[in-house]
Amino acid sequence: MQSRKRFVTVDKNRGKRGEENVSEKIQFCKGGGCTAKLGPGILERVLERLPKGKKDENLLIGFDSHDDAAVYKISEDTAIVQTLDFFPPMVEDPYTFGKVAAANALSDIYAMGGRVITALNIVCFPEKMDLNILGEIMRGGQEKVNEAGGTLAGGHSIADDSVKYGLSVTGVVHPDRILPNDGCCAGDKLILTKPLGVGIIATANRVGETTKEAMDEAVNSMTTLNKYAAEIAAKYTVHGCTDVTGFGFLGHLHEMMHGEYSCRIMSSQVPYIADARRCADEFLLTAAGQRNRNYVESRVDFGGVDFAMEEILLDPQTSGGLLISVAPEDAEALLAELQTLSLPCGMVGEVTDKQEKEIYILNQ
Amino acid sequence: MIKVNAMGDACPIPVIKTKNAIREMNGAGQVEVLVDNEIAVQNLTKMAKQKGYQCQSEKISDDEYKVMITVPEGNKSAAADQDAAMNAAREGAAHESEGAAGTAGETAGEDAGQTACLPDSRKKKKIVVLRSGKMGEGNDELGAVLMKGFIYALTELDNLPETILLYNGGAPLSCEGSDSLEDLKTLEAQGVEIMTCGTCLNYYGLSDKLAVGTVTNMYAIAEKMSEADTIICP
Repeated sequence: MQSRKRFVTVDKNRGKRGEENVSEKIQFCKGGGCTAKLGPGILERVLERLPKGKKDENLLIGFDSHDDAAVYKISEDTAIVQTLDFFPPMVEDPYTFGKVAAANALSDIYAMGGRVITALNIVCFPEKMDLNILGEIMRGGQEKVNEAGGTLAGGHSIADDSVKYGLSVTGVVHPDRILPNDGCCAGDKLILTKPLGVGIIATANRVGETTKEAMDEAVNSMTTLNKYAAEIAAKYTVHGCTDVTGFGFLGHLHEMMHGEYSCRIMSSQVPYIADARRCADEFLLTAAGQRNRNYVESRVDFGGVDFAMEEILLDPQTSGGLLISVAPEDAEALLAELQTLSLPCGMVGEVTDKQEKEIYILNQ
Repeated sequence: MIKVNAMGDACPIPVIKTKNAIREMNGAGQVEVLVDNEIAVQNLTKMAKQKGYQCQSEKISDDEYKVMITVPEGNKSAAADQDAAMNAAREGAAHESEGAAGTAGETAGEDAGQTACLPDSRKKKKIVVLRSGKMGEGNDELGAVLMKGFIYALTELDNLPETILLYNGGAPLSCEGSDSLEDLKTLEAQGVEIMTCGTCLNYYGLSDKLAVGTVTNMYAIAEKMSEADTIICP
């Protein structure tokens, strides 16, 4: 397993502080995740100039909404859900990277209330790099697709100067059972199905400043499919659902409120990886976290929660949990059933009528 | 003063390098940090604010920013506390890895700094218009003092404006000799657009004296003002 060895060597220095070590890792992971993507600001300028196609009334969810995936109705009782996500490695172990990238891509299907049927690999890989590395990445991805109950049906590979991996995923959903981002109602309870803080922990880990225990917790969370939480949620009256990813808990909560509602969040009920609090106080913070702050801060009343908690709420998540807006009478039962799964979850707040601020954090 | 070069470094490396420099200083002093993007400036400013350090930043060019952090007396004990906390966490980590050697996923490291792709939209459509060198009407001397205070206070706001427009009597504020230059540079380094009316600079003979931000024209001024949700006019 030459491939693993090579990745492991990079990581062996973990725990030591020092610039050489730090820059080596950064170099390795440079350009990973969404920094490699074009920002929506830039993209919008291009998209708005594109010729409009004819409107297809069977496209239930598409370009216009900020939703997790496209949904197209093919019959009265079936709609297909399509999504695609891929990025350069931001984990050092290729097998783990494969699992995280796949879990992340598959998640959008679950966030729409769908079931995974097929997936296609998207691979960019340098011709000169050890092929075992690619094998490990794809093994991780394959395992997650299998676990999702889907079929990995093929894919495309391109010779490129850096590694990128992800999936194009197709799922199905009953047109009446689609879970849009913005379907919440005043009075709904909000439930989060994975702990926050994986971004902070992973960043701290990269510079050797968190515990192995915390990093294991983060990896465990990132590689856990949202399938199980989604299957449980499907049994209850869920009005809205999204997965918490790059925009952080508050960014996705903002999308969920979509200018129509406000919400109260009980900070003590928000699950997070414990060491993330200490890491936040050490300012092991990402650029993306700060962008999230810039994006959402004016809409939030932080209610006097401490700095570390603010950062945890703004922390960009990779393959984060589902944020579910559920009818109040179903909330307790849904939470109780979600608690039978392995990850920390919590009833974090409730939706209210629109108020001056969109999000009120309560220090309780 | 310690100089830290964090050009080309992704967050949180600039902050980590700066923290190390402050620790080395082991007391009061100044650290000058060079970074290549606004977000790094904001993360450094955030750290300084939390720690109670003074912080000033300046945009040197589109990809070079200077952040000056002044650590007051009494820094020593704070740094020692941090080290103690870190060591405690390390010990915990060491124990863990002995116990769990060889488990899967142990080598993962992730840069979540790279997972979000949002532009900075916080300040959108909030603009400040400085149309005079003085704030309010009445005594001119007082008005000038108030204006200097106002621009400083802007740097302390949680929600910075998107743009500051300067015209007529406000134009000299962004030129050499202005008392508010440092504050305007701090704002610029945080991403605020500073735009001064070109006609006004010409009229006052200040065309080659502009020291912060860019020159603008009436179309841009009219557009900015008509698209703004909030116009703040001291």
